[in-house]
Amino acid sequence: MLTLQKLNEIKEQTLAAANMDSARKGTRVVVGMATCGMAAGAKSVYETLAKEIARRGLARVTLAQTGCIGFCRLEPIVEVYIPGQEKVTYVKVTPENARHIIAEHLVNGNIIAEFTEKVSLEKQKRVALRNCGVINPELIDEYVAMEGYQALAKAVLEMTPEQVVDEIKRSGLRGRGGGGFPTGLKWEFTAKTQADQKYVCCNADEGDPGAFMDRSVLEGDPHAVLEAMAIAGYAIGATNGYIYVRAEYPVAVKRLEIAIEQAKQAGLLGQGIFGSNFNFDIEIRLGAGAFVCGEETALMVSIEGHRGEPRPRPPFPAVKGLFGKPTVLNNVETFANVPQIILHGAKWFADMGTEKSKGTKVFALGGKINNTGLIEISMGTSLREVIYDLGGGIPNGKKFKAAQTGGPSGGCIPAQHIDTPIEYDALIQLGSMMGSGGLIVMDEETCMVDVARFFLEFTVEESCGKCPPCRIGTKRMLELLEKITNNQGQKGDIEKLEQLAKTIKAASLCGLGQTAPNPVLSTLRYFRDEYEAHINERKCPAGVCTAFLQYVVLEEKCRKCGLCARSCPARAIIGKPKESYRIDTDLCIKCGLCISKCPAKAIEKKHNQ
Amino acid sequence: MGACSCQAEKFQRLHEIITAHKERPGALIPVMHEAQDLFGYLPKNVQQVIAMGLGVPLADVYGVATFYSKFSLQPKGTYQINVCLGTACYVKGAQGILDKIAETLNIKVGETTPDGMFSLGANRCVGGCGLSPVMTINDEVYGELNTEQVEEILKKYLEKVWREEKHADAAKA
Repeated sequence: MLTLQKLNEIKEQTLAAANMDSARKGTRVVVGMATCGMAAGAKSVYETLAKEIARRGLARVTLAQTGCIGFCRLEPIVEVYIPGQEKVTYVKVTPENARHIIAEHLVNGNIIAEFTEKVSLEKQKRVALRNCGVINPELIDEYVAMEGYQALAKAVLEMTPEQVVDEIKRSGLRGRGGGGFPTGLKWEFTAKTQADQKYVCCNADEGDPGAFMDRSVLEGDPHAVLEAMAIAGYAIGATNGYIYVRAEYPVAVKRLEIAIEQAKQAGLLGQGIFGSNFNFDIEIRLGAGAFVCGEETALMVSIEGHRGEPRPRPPFPAVKGLFGKPTVLNNVETFANVPQIILHGAKWFADMGTEKSKGTKVFALGGKINNTGLIEISMGTSLREVIYDLGGGIPNGKKFKAAQTGGPSGGCIPAQHIDTPIEYDALIQLGSMMGSGGLIVMDEETCMVDVARFFLEFTVEESCGKCPPCRIGTKRMLELLEKITNNQGQKGDIEKLEQLAKTIKAASLCGLGQTAPNPVLSTLRYFRDEYEAHINERKCPAGVCTAFLQYVVLEEKCRKCGLCARSCPARAIIGKPKESYRIDTDLCIKCGLCISKCPAKAIEKKHNQ
Repeated sequence: MGACSCQAEKFQRLHEIITAHKERPGALIPVMHEAQDLFGYLPKNVQQVIAMGLGVPLADVYGVATFYSKFSLQPKGTYQINVCLGTACYVKGAQGILDKIAETLNIKVGETTPDGMFSLGANRCVGGCGLSPVMTINDEVYGELNTEQVEEILKKYLEKVWREEKHADAAKA
């Protein structure tokens, strides 16, 4: 059995042995090895560092793999902590550079400035991500060293279940999966329901395309989620937990498996935790590629081993959830906040953020933005700060057009609202939503009709097919959007889209269907002129939709050889040798053969101006 | 895929998997995951064994197999290429990458090359959005792609396939 005293001993020992705190005696070298880091080649960098450290017999050097610190564009990242010095961050490290770093920096003590980049976390507020990029997620001791499992000890040994629920309630924590339901209330309802068995579920089925917050937490700090689930179990009276995680995240799954095994070994999961009579076990269940399983009722049906089709609510999971028993279901990021709240108190958490949105939120910045990656900010930070201060602005000096939040269920925030504070209610007022945290930036070269079409294509693909409004309605909407982007839009199409959207929102069974029309509604709200341009003026203002492209012969470059006309399969190029050539747009099938044949590069694709 | 190659051994292994999971509530999907890892896909006879072993109707097994995109009823290529078509990748030109691969391998999305070496798929978001556009070939993740890089990566795999073929031919001779 693990006692609190033993836990504290492990903490102190690990801090010293792994050179983790500022009083370190030796050097700590960490390599970011989340999925993104590995995609950039972190594995061979790590191996090179390990080999080099061993070959040189460097004493008192800890080499650790960590999760993602959030600067995806700079991966692979290696950070070096030498006693008494500031942390040095090496970016875009290659195996060859890694050898140099060992030889120059670790052995000779000279920082190789040209490999470094100053990365600052100053503008961020890291609660859920506090350990990501800091600890080795595959070593429980390093989590314990960062006050890990102290919150569970405090809850089990010092607090009653009611006090735990009350603490979470007073913290104002709301669901980070997108819905924003108060977590404390959810726990309270489940705690009050009488049953012989209850469950705690963690929703790690991060299906939103463009979102990877949960992946990063699971890959960088899996024990935080386990600890929080155990705390939830204690609070509501459950002894079993399930983590439902996407099969598309193999690294996260592996680290969770390791974490659960280690927690069981240490006695932090299982029977009689911290010598109390509280028992708790956690099992992993893999998703199998269905977006709808992110919906809570579908997720539970999927754990039960069926097709992931949602069911009507009520009864809510708090009353009748997994295997028909009362169940608390929270998202990964929500759970990652819980141990910190228990440890530092509700007030500490509630002091961050705005009146109705407390704490912090993690966002995955993607799309047309310089600093793609992961950030955690205080609620209420403006979109402008996120995009320009933290995100480094738009590449190639392009203009910011809109940010998309909430994925296929959300909407866009256009440039005129860039100063909106990021919080649940403000975003809903704008017709978007907080969502789980995917934030895709779009510049002037993004066609908003095409974006709406993209999302509808996604929902049509992922609709489970149980209820007709979603199954048939989204398909009809997609057909209309395809018509419009294919230069076949007609007057009245926009109105038809609006009418369909209204019906689907009102009549669908679950959240997927009810929110599916949002990308269309929100782009219509702010970019109606683009839809109208596609239909009335027959052009795509952003120059994206290929159906609006026209092939033209550039008079000044044309050598009038006639090669294009001879090779055109549609006989759309009209003219005579040595005179002039032009392309009949109505006949042109836009195959591009003429472009590849023209020796003078005198044929171009152009958009209607 | 598992280390054993002969069918009887695989079915033996499948029975072991079923026995290991049988008592757990909601065992069907975990068993199907492991069965697919073992066989590479879920043919009808495998589904039948699972249905009998777990005591669920074959219709349920088939229903689950066709509902989730991760389960396949068709054999896949040795190298499964998946191009991520999540939002971030899409905005950064993933469609062009997908088209390029389709053109190079002369197959459409969802198809496998006639020699059974490459399958091409459009994947759901792998969460590598910071390095978009992203593709995966089996378990390897490739990020920040452009069409030239894709050609080079494919070339590497094609050369590997050719080398292996040569070896196999040489071994036969």
